[in-house]
Amino acid sequence: MSDRGTWPGVGALILTQVRHQVRLFLRVPIGLFFTIALPLIMLVVFNAVFGDSTVASPAGEWPTRQFYTGALAAFTAVSATYTNLANTVPVRREEGILKRWRSTPLPVPVLILGQMLGALVVAVLGALLLLIVGVLAYGLEVDAAALPNALLTFIVGVLSFAALGMAISSAVSSADSAPAVANATILPLAFISNIFIPLEDPPRWLDLLGDVFPLKPFAESFQASFHPIDPATTPDASALAVVALWGVLGAVAAVRTFRFDPTPGSVSSGRRRQRGRQRST
Amino acid sequence: MSAITVENLVVEYGDLRAVDRLDLDIASGEVYALLGENGAGKTSTIEVLEGLRTRTSGSVRVLGHDPADASRDLRDRIGIVLQSTGVERQITVAEAVALYGAVYRRPRPVGEVLELVGLGDRAEARCGTLSGGQRRRLDLALGIVGSPELLFLDEPTTGFDPSARRRAWELVDALRSDGMTVVLTTHYLDEAEHLADRVGVMSAGRLIVEGTPADLQRRSGRTLVSFRCGGGEDELAAATRLAETLGNRVRLVDGRIELLTAEVTAALHALTSWAVEQRVDIDSWSVAQPSLEQVFLDLVGGAEGE
Repeated sequence: MSDRGTWPGVGALILTQVRHQVRLFLRVPIGLFFTIALPLIMLVVFNAVFGDSTVASPAGEWPTRQFYTGALAAFTAVSATYTNLANTVPVRREEGILKRWRSTPLPVPVLILGQMLGALVVAVLGALLLLIVGVLAYGLEVDAAALPNALLTFIVGVLSFAALGMAISSAVSSADSAPAVANATILPLAFISNIFIPLEDPPRWLDLLGDVFPLKPFAESFQASFHPIDPATTPDASALAVVALWGVLGAVAAVRTFRFDPTPGSVSSGRRRQRGRQRST
Repeated sequence: MSAITVENLVVEYGDLRAVDRLDLDIASGEVYALLGENGAGKTSTIEVLEGLRTRTSGSVRVLGHDPADASRDLRDRIGIVLQSTGVERQITVAEAVALYGAVYRRPRPVGEVLELVGLGDRAEARCGTLSGGQRRRLDLALGIVGSPELLFLDEPTTGFDPSARRRAWELVDALRSDGMTVVLTTHYLDEAEHLADRVGVMSAGRLIVEGTPADLQRRSGRTLVSFRCGGGEDELAAATRLAETLGNRVRLVDGRIELLTAEVTAALHALTSWAVEQRVDIDSWSVAQPSLEQVFLDLVGGAEGE
């Protein structure tokens, strides 16, 4: 056996993958629009329309302009992870990109981790952008004492939604249906999770429904750290537990169902393409 | 030393047996071409060797590894050019070669790889903007960026124009002189004839014949007889009918009738007697070894007829 030198370090491999994923994201205008620009537009529009009203909270009246920033920052993070992965992984699978990576010596966990961490970096950038705009334009108050809690909630949230994004990407049958599946799952959830409209006295079943899924617990816990009167400095354990539980379920499902090929076990796409072509002799 | 040993390989998809008890032995440094019609089992075989497909049964060793173990060492030492793999459209050609090269122990410099495959002038183009032939060259680039000892090429020149094909052949010749083992599948018989040290012909999941291109031509045991037939349509049709009784694989190519026969003398005698009786002009006779393509068609046709 010839001496082929040393392997690149795992850290370097992960870093290369994460940079690659972020670079890909930044070069896809539609992803940039839906993940970064759209929440920003919503922030501006919602505040222009509803900004002067208040949201009732146990600690006192909460100006809507401050309420929206946290909710939409959380939503951006979910778009960057869940929606982004649910959209891009099926495309990579269908175009044979995952298959190509699998034929290289890149360890599979690094490949998957790279996609998740890349999404996580985008989530951080998007959420930070919204928070900065919130502070500068809409009087969002950031209490240093509540920041560790905000950060913890954020990390649990994005990891969970990244895992769920990987899981749903395996359930999507083709790249064409990926955007529909991603939006059909996340948008209705956003409406019952107080992201776009703070629901005043919702029916109890709707309230409970929102609590069962991970988006509302995540968004509310994250928002709570930016409450102007009583910012939460410790995590809402039960809310965070719901988010984490979904994340663990998502991770288990993702690991068990991850596929490199569009059609596992059957004839590969290469052969199908071959058969369609005329034999040239 | 063997780079690849395959014994009794079987690959099944449900009820369909794509590869049927295949044996294969490919030496280190050899260029081996796997030929066969669509659905003959070439791609399934090669994907098992690459570790990208699970086999139903049989034993397979590739560079001393079982490819089913998906060992990192093996993936580092082989290069794979598939038909069904894509590349991220948003990155440039140079970025792609650097990105994929970075996972190997011994990556080749990006510029060198691009020069080798003839993509030097497209280094800054986004992968999504490449033409079909350029995409294929990028596939080749990503196949060799890790300095593989063994390279798999699944129809490497499909979609190439003649000059690009010649260039790809020169590349394979260059890799061969570096000592690289190459396993390729192809539809083009002249490609196999030009590139391969040995050729294996697959049909219905089995290896029906194997040898050097020259070997195969000899071993077919048949001679190609071709001639031009004077007169009109009627005479041509009559001559064709007669040819069909004398040999097989009768074809009409550019006004010439071709047939493969194991009994040349008898065939020539029958043809000339018929021509004299009918006062038909037969000229530009040729009696030659069949080309690899004709042998291939004969073999595959024979296997299908079983």
